[in-house]
Amino acid sequence: MDSSSVTWIMVSAALVLFMTPGLALFYGGMDRGKNVLNMLMMNFYCVLIVPILWVVVGYSLAQTPFDNDVIGSFDSFMLKDLSVAGDGGALATIAFLGMFAAITPALISGAVADRMKFSAWAIFVPVWVLLVFVPVFKWIYGGWLGQRGSLDFAGGTAIHVNAGIAALAAVLVLGKRRSAMSPPHSMPLVMIGTGILWFGWFGFNAGSALAANGQAAQAFMNTFLAAAASGLAWVLVEWLRDGHPTNLGAASGIVAGLVAVTPAAGYVSGVGPIIIGLVAGVVCCYAVKLKSKFGYDDALDVVGVHFVGGLVGSLLIGFFANPSFIEGSFEEGIFYGGDIGLLLEQALANGVAIVWSFVITFGIMIALKATIGVRVTEETESTGLDLAEHGETAYHADGVR
Amino acid sequence: MQLITAILKPFKLDDVKEALKTAGVVGITVTEARGFGRQGGHTETYRGAEYQIEFVPKVKLEILATDGDVDRIVDVITDAARTGKIGDGKIWVSPIETVVRIRTGEVGETAI
Repeated sequence: MDSSSVTWIMVSAALVLFMTPGLALFYGGMDRGKNVLNMLMMNFYCVLIVPILWVVVGYSLAQTPFDNDVIGSFDSFMLKDLSVAGDGGALATIAFLGMFAAITPALISGAVADRMKFSAWAIFVPVWVLLVFVPVFKWIYGGWLGQRGSLDFAGGTAIHVNAGIAALAAVLVLGKRRSAMSPPHSMPLVMIGTGILWFGWFGFNAGSALAANGQAAQAFMNTFLAAAASGLAWVLVEWLRDGHPTNLGAASGIVAGLVAVTPAAGYVSGVGPIIIGLVAGVVCCYAVKLKSKFGYDDALDVVGVHFVGGLVGSLLIGFFANPSFIEGSFEEGIFYGGDIGLLLEQALANGVAIVWSFVITFGIMIALKATIGVRVTEETESTGLDLAEHGETAYHADGVR
Repeated sequence: MQLITAILKPFKLDDVKEALKTAGVVGITVTEARGFGRQGGHTETYRGAEYQIEFVPKVKLEILATDGDVDRIVDVITDAARTGKIGDGKIWVSPIETVVRIRTGEVGETAI
C-alpha cells in the first residue's frame, strides 16, 4: 500500500472514532435531561469494549481467511502473525474496520433509550457484535453475499440496516416506556452532534476506498452532497407539512442522507448522490411516523432513520451504480445500462441481513430478559437513569446542592 | 409594608427594571418562572410529532414597598410591562408582617 493511502486510512479511522461521541451527543440531546448521561455512556461503552473484542477475535472471525464464504477463523486471534514490516497498511486497515465495529452497536442505543438496564446493555453489545455484526460483515465483505455481486461500499447493509433492524427487535422485547414521549432536552447538543457525525462520516465513506484515490474523492463528494440534499428535503417537507423549518428536521435529514449514501458512496457519481439524498430525506421524514402507526417504541427513531435510510440507499445502488465513471469492476445500475440483476442482489443481501439480525437480536434480548432482566425499575424510569444507573447528574444548578 | 409580586413577559423585564429605577425603587428580586393563564401554552413539533408545552416562560418580580409607595410602583410596572396583548401577566400586592436587613439587623420600614 502506498504511504498516502496508509495515511488516509489512519486519518479516516480517527474520523470514524469521533463519530461515536458525535452520535452520543446527537442522541443525548434528543433524550431527556435525566437520562442524557446514560445515553452518552451507552455510546462511549461501545468504544471501550468493542476495540478490544475486535483485536482479540472479532477481526479474525470477520475477515480471516478473506476468501472464506460464511465465517472466518481464529487464525488471526490477537492479530498474531500480523507484521508491520513494510508499510503498515494492513494494521491501519484493521484499526479502521474496528471503528465500524464499535459504532454499529452504538446506533442501537437510540432505540432502547430511557428504560434499558445498563448491565444488560453491557452484555448485549459484545454478544451482538460477535453474533450479528461479525457474520453479516463477513458475508458482505468477502463472503457469499459479496461474491454474488451485491454492493455495500461503507456499510449501508452491514452497519445501518443491520443495526436498524436490530433496534426494532430489541425494543419489541424491551417494551414501551411508561411515560409519554418527550421533546428533546437540548437541541444545541443535537446540532453539534450532527456536525461531528457529518465531519466523521467523510472518514467513514471516503476512507472505505481503503486508498487515497479517485474513488475515495468521489465518495468524499457524495458524502457532502447526499447529506445536504437529504437535510434540505426533510426541512422542506416539514416546512410545507408542519409549518416550520426545524433544526431537528435538518439534523435528521443530514443523518438520513449520510446513512443512505453510505452503501453507495464509492459506486455513484454525478446527480446520483443528490437524488439518493433527496429520496432518503423525504422517505425517512415519513418513516419516523411508522412507530406510532405500528406501536413499537423506537425512542429516537433508529428504525426510521438508519434502517429505512440504509435500505433506501442500498436499493438505489441498483439504479445509480456507475462503474464506467468510477472505473470499477462492478455491475451497472438500471440508469446506466444495467439490468435488474444488481437491484435483485441488493434486495437479497439486505433481506438476508434483515432476517439474521432480527432473529438473533431478538434471541439475545429474550435470553437477557430471562436471566438478568433488561428493564430498569419503574422508580428508576421515573426518576431518571443517570442517577440510578451511573450515580451522576448531568446538570447541577451552580452551588445548589 | 407590602410585597408587590408581578408576573411579566420575559422580554419586558428590561423596560420594567429601567422604569422602576427611574421611579426610585432600590431593590428588586427576579425569578425565572413558568406558568399559564388565559394565554395558555403552545405546541412544538419534533419530527412531525406535536408536543403541548403548557407552561410558558415568565419572569416573577418581587418588590418590598412602604404602604405609601405601593400604588405608584404598581402603576409604573403596569405601564412599562403592558403590550396590550394576551399574556401580559398580573400584579398582586400582599401585606408583610416583618422585614429584617440582615447586614445591620434593622427591622421594619427602615429595612426596605
